[in-house]
Amino acid sequence: MSPKVLLNNKEVNIILHRLACQLIEKHTDFSNTVLIGLQPRGTFLAQRLKSLLMQEYNLPDVQLGLLDITFYRDDFRRSDKVLEANSTEIDFLIEDKRVVFIDDVLYTGRSIRAALTAIQSFGRPSEVELLTLIDRRFSRHLPIQPNYRGRQVDAINDEKVLVNWKETSGEDAVYLIKN
Amino acid sequence: MSELSVDHLLGIKHLKNDDINLIFDTADHFKKVINRPIKKVPSLRDITIANLFFENSTRTKLSFELAQKRLSADVINFSSGQSSVSKGESLVDTVNNILSMKVDMVVMRHPNPGAATFLSKHINAQIVNAGDGAHEHPTQALLDTYSIREKYGEVKGKKIVIVGDILHSRVALSNIFALQLQGAEVMVCGPKTLIPKYIDKLGVKIETNLRKALEWCDIANMLRVQNERMEISYFPTTREYTQQYGVTKELLESLDNEITIMHPGPINRGVEITSEVADSDQAIILNQVENGVAIRMAVMYLLASKIK
Repeated sequence: MSPKVLLNNKEVNIILHRLACQLIEKHTDFSNTVLIGLQPRGTFLAQRLKSLLMQEYNLPDVQLGLLDITFYRDDFRRSDKVLEANSTEIDFLIEDKRVVFIDDVLYTGRSIRAALTAIQSFGRPSEVELLTLIDRRFSRHLPIQPNYRGRQVDAINDEKVLVNWKETSGEDAVYLIKN
Repeated sequence: MSELSVDHLLGIKHLKNDDINLIFDTADHFKKVINRPIKKVPSLRDITIANLFFENSTRTKLSFELAQKRLSADVINFSSGQSSVSKGESLVDTVNNILSMKVDMVVMRHPNPGAATFLSKHINAQIVNAGDGAHEHPTQALLDTYSIREKYGEVKGKKIVIVGDILHSRVALSNIFALQLQGAEVMVCGPKTLIPKYIDKLGVKIETNLRKALEWCDIANMLRVQNERMEISYFPTTREYTQQYGVTKELLESLDNEITIMHPGPINRGVEITSEVADSDQAIILNQVENGVAIRMAVMYLLASKIK
């Protein structure tokens, strides 16, 4: 079966603007807020939102860090593949900051659970929120919900949500693929 | 590549260059972890590791233990001095007794060459060789090579001389294998009596004159004279050894090239290097110790993923 288009280029663009506006509504000038992109797939979305906030909405400075959760995952030795790490780039303190986790797809919630543990290594945030482009409903293993969501989709377990970004695939689009 | 080609770390000889690169890339991440305010990750929280040291060790044992604790593994320690080995128990029996307490990984140092390989054939756990006699000391070679990569960006094409007691050194042999796999040129330098016969078959240069060796190299790895392994005299006196093979500040300053000094420890200050050299900016001895923890975390993390 050919992949079904969930979001095309234009829709992704509109959603990014909406998410940026929702962030501004809550965090105003971002003086005490940091964006944390989750490695590897959340980093494109995080970088895109940062440049949108700074260039289109004229915010002076938005701090962005990249967090790798490999060593905090709960499926080490349970999957056949060795978990390969990515780099963590957080060169500021998280202590008492308002943290927004950014990831492309929210599925079981286990990555977010790992990220909540991982972020503690950098200090105690005053609050943590979650922003995802795609929220796969009905597939959560843990009681975790996003504060900001791009689009909610119903996908059954043998389906996969693929997010493409201009930076790597030449287009912004989201597909539903049947395995 | 994201998986090691081996199930145990018995020696560098069994590794491929891709394995070394994977260990180094993983160590890069762990080096960041151990420099954070909270230096611990929960990766190995359901794994138990036994450190079996049948021979004295300070830094290797501490480094392994710290690496295990940074990975959240449970650790049990064993030193032969205080154990039933002195009551005549065999190695396999000792280890099997420990393994029946549900241990997943064994880190072992042993005075006999091949002890780790022997063990890997008889017991069901991942083995890390922490030094077997004068044979191999793979994690030391990995951290030495990693420290060179960190300082110079790459190891390929670098010239490294290993100075001192090559004959009794497991560090030398493992270093030769690791450096050659990474594409470095290796020379050994020391008194003829302390250079093993046929070592040229490994493709290393041999030099007995320290000055010439230092003029050739980018990096000098200074080894300790292992008096405890010497049953006969290999050189007339320590004073004479120091005069010919000791690195001093004056000697380093008289060279045209600026070289980096490494030492696997423990240092005999005033014998193979003077205090001035050991504490100078040219020495990366303490960086080696820090990198040792990151390298050992990487090795145990990658091997642990093979535990079924």
